[in-house]
Amino acid sequence: MATFFPRLRMFPDKTDIKFMNGRVVGLALSAFLSLVSVVLYFHPGLNFGIDFKGGIVIEARTPGEADFPALRGILAAQNVGPAGLQQFGSPSDVLIRLERQPGDEAAQQRAVERVRGALQQAVPGLQIRRVEAVGASISQELFVNGMLALGLSLVAMLLYIWFRFEWQFGVGAVVTLVLDITKMVGFYVVTGFQFNLVAIAALLTVMGYSINDKVVVYDRVRENLRKYKSMKLRDLIDLSINETLSRTIGTSVATFLSTLPLALFGGEALEEFAWTMLFGIFLATSSSIFIAAPILLLLGEDKLRRGPPPGKDAAADAAVPAKP
Amino acid sequence: MLFFSRWKIWSIIAVCAAGVFLSVPNVVQRPDWWPYAMNLGLDLRGGSYLLLEVDMPAVVRDRIATIQDQVRTRMRAANIPIVGISGRDNSVVFQVRDPGQAQAAIANLREIVSLVGSGALGGGTPDLDMQAAPDGTISIVLTEVALRDKATQAVTQSIEIVRRRIDETGVNEPTIARQGANRILVQLPGVDDPDRIKKLLGTTARMTFRLLDANADPFSGARPPPGVEFLRAENERRGDGQPMLYAVRQRVEVEGANLVRASAGTNPQTGEWIVNFEFDALGGRRFADVTRQNVGRPFAIVLDDKVISAPVIREPITGGRGQISGRFTARDAQDLAVLLRAGALPAPLTIVEERSVGPDLGADAIKAGIASILAGMVLVFIFIMWSYGLFGVFACVGLLANLFLTVACLSMLQATLTLPGMAGLLLTLGLSVDANILINERIREETLAGKTPYAAMEAGFARAFSTIVDSNLTTLIKMMLLFAFGSGPVRGFAVTITLGIITSMFTATVLVRLMMVTWLRAKKRETLPV
Repeated sequence: MATFFPRLRMFPDKTDIKFMNGRVVGLALSAFLSLVSVVLYFHPGLNFGIDFKGGIVIEARTPGEADFPALRGILAAQNVGPAGLQQFGSPSDVLIRLERQPGDEAAQQRAVERVRGALQQAVPGLQIRRVEAVGASISQELFVNGMLALGLSLVAMLLYIWFRFEWQFGVGAVVTLVLDITKMVGFYVVTGFQFNLVAIAALLTVMGYSINDKVVVYDRVRENLRKYKSMKLRDLIDLSINETLSRTIGTSVATFLSTLPLALFGGEALEEFAWTMLFGIFLATSSSIFIAAPILLLLGEDKLRRGPPPGKDAAADAAVPAKP
Repeated sequence: MLFFSRWKIWSIIAVCAAGVFLSVPNVVQRPDWWPYAMNLGLDLRGGSYLLLEVDMPAVVRDRIATIQDQVRTRMRAANIPIVGISGRDNSVVFQVRDPGQAQAAIANLREIVSLVGSGALGGGTPDLDMQAAPDGTISIVLTEVALRDKATQAVTQSIEIVRRRIDETGVNEPTIARQGANRILVQLPGVDDPDRIKKLLGTTARMTFRLLDANADPFSGARPPPGVEFLRAENERRGDGQPMLYAVRQRVEVEGANLVRASAGTNPQTGEWIVNFEFDALGGRRFADVTRQNVGRPFAIVLDDKVISAPVIREPITGGRGQISGRFTARDAQDLAVLLRAGALPAPLTIVEERSVGPDLGADAIKAGIASILAGMVLVFIFIMWSYGLFGVFACVGLLANLFLTVACLSMLQATLTLPGMAGLLLTLGLSVDANILINERIREETLAGKTPYAAMEAGFARAFSTIVDSNLTTLIKMMLLFAFGSGPVRGFAVTITLGIITSMFTATVLVRLMMVTWLRAKKRETLPV
């Protein structure tokens, strides 16, 4: 066998772990964490970014080290409401966050102009590197659209899996996704990450990744249902998870590795996205094994069809040659 | 599945080669006749993104005010006395003193109705709906169609004027496009301090020439007499530091719309900055008439309800040319000239969203993005090769081809690469590894189950294929939703991932298979190096 060096195998080729023994613990723990996340959502709540809340973000670079008390003083004199100042990257980089200015849409722009002028006057050589200002109507639209995208993709996933598998699979996947998303929301509350458009993109990507993982496990369950007609569903699901374990872990590690550099030095804009992805990958992998599969077991005992299904499924599986 | 005909092999190689070639224009200076390369988003190259909203209520208010004027003038001319004329929301209501004249009034007013939204046959619907009550109350309502038509017109006109104003400032390759019903999207690459442009776009620039009322005192604190309004001066203050006020007649003598030329210059005697202007024939004639009749009296040049200057007419101005001196700085004079040349906006514009990024911040982001992609690639490659040996090497070649093909597709679409788009590129790498892992694990499984190399490979690809399709389709559905509902940079993310996944299906199931089969044919192994 042509091997250049010892292969990396994180698991032996044949594992026989009784995952379904832990189904109650897994489901209960997951439900508990999701519940905690829901509570966290209401209190203290998400840190909405300006995309969804409206407001102003100004990134400035001072010539020397930033003098925060002085900057705070300048901002306080501008009558623009509470200002959040944050240092990031080098000591001369300052991030200024202002809440959405009361009044009409033009009020945002007036505040930007005032702050920009005051900063540049008070700190000669100060560079404004980035300005973002979002008004009330836009932020509301962006929020509605973001939520629509999340909701619709849940429905789309349910329909797709239902169509390709059986309804028990669809429900299992979507319930798991809902549990995943609530935990992601909890993650955003705990870390204080900005919940904005990029966060929605991260959530959707994690959902995509998670469903991908479920599809692989379910695919194997379906295959084994046809292969072992008399095996108990519980053992069959365990077998399927064990068989797909190296791929589940392998893909997770690969995706994790590809995202890691982004989290470490992707810059302020992408760091939060990357950390969310990393957390999501971990979450998705564990939920495939400990949540999606047990739900299938609960719903599917004695109900899932064992023979090759007639009609549309047979046509969809035409690419797979019949078993010998 | 394991047989590749000769032409198939060559076309696979050709596709991959094309991917590499089409990616190259993104990193080297490309000739002008080859436009296919990715554009850098504003968040990477620096620039300003502005979303402007046309003030629709103002458009309707304007229209209603005009109708009120027309009603007054026409009823006076037709000798139909009216009372209590008022405009509200999108209608004008008044009462004819003698209810018997109501029908005559309506017949007269029919002439101000015009047809809008004309269809293919040239027909259309009237823009006004008139109704008379028995007590002589007449209401004129702007129809739904008229409101829509007005909105479309206002946005179209605004876009044209915004474009002219921005072109005057010399910004390279601005994007100006309509968005939604009443918004205009403006993208200004390379502009990191958009203050001047924001000011230019925030000015309606409706210029009027009007007479002053010598009898009203704007500082008395009393309300202005009918037909007169007190307006502030733009650049002028009184001795006590309070802004200067003028009593300006509401009647407009000449409109800025009659201007044909405007340019900034200096007064040769005083060196002061001025704006020279020239009227069209109609404007010139009216200006001559007004100045002839009012020699010795002051008049006001008003821009958006602010008095720019209020000179005294020394002699009739008959040449149709004039100049405005209003204590301008050079920048003020130039900007005013730009505004006058470009024309007035049909309605005020409000900036509802701004995102501006400085060019060096963008450059930093590109550097961080490229470093992350390279580092991620190296990590993934090590992992895959370590896990799957020679087949891992094949998978890595496939991933590299995948990256090139994705970039090539983005280049052909001349898509915009944003910061989230770069993250998408990296994530595609992670996600498309999945297909390779699925295939390799499956082949390994089949080999361990005792199959011959050919059979194992055949089964591995066949079984993995349906799983790959299933899992990728779900991600594609998500990305389409993100594209449909997301905005700006996030869309770039969706496009990148979509293209990346589609090309990964090709590289993982076709290119990698070709490599494995070719290797197997050449070596004729008894077992697979899985």
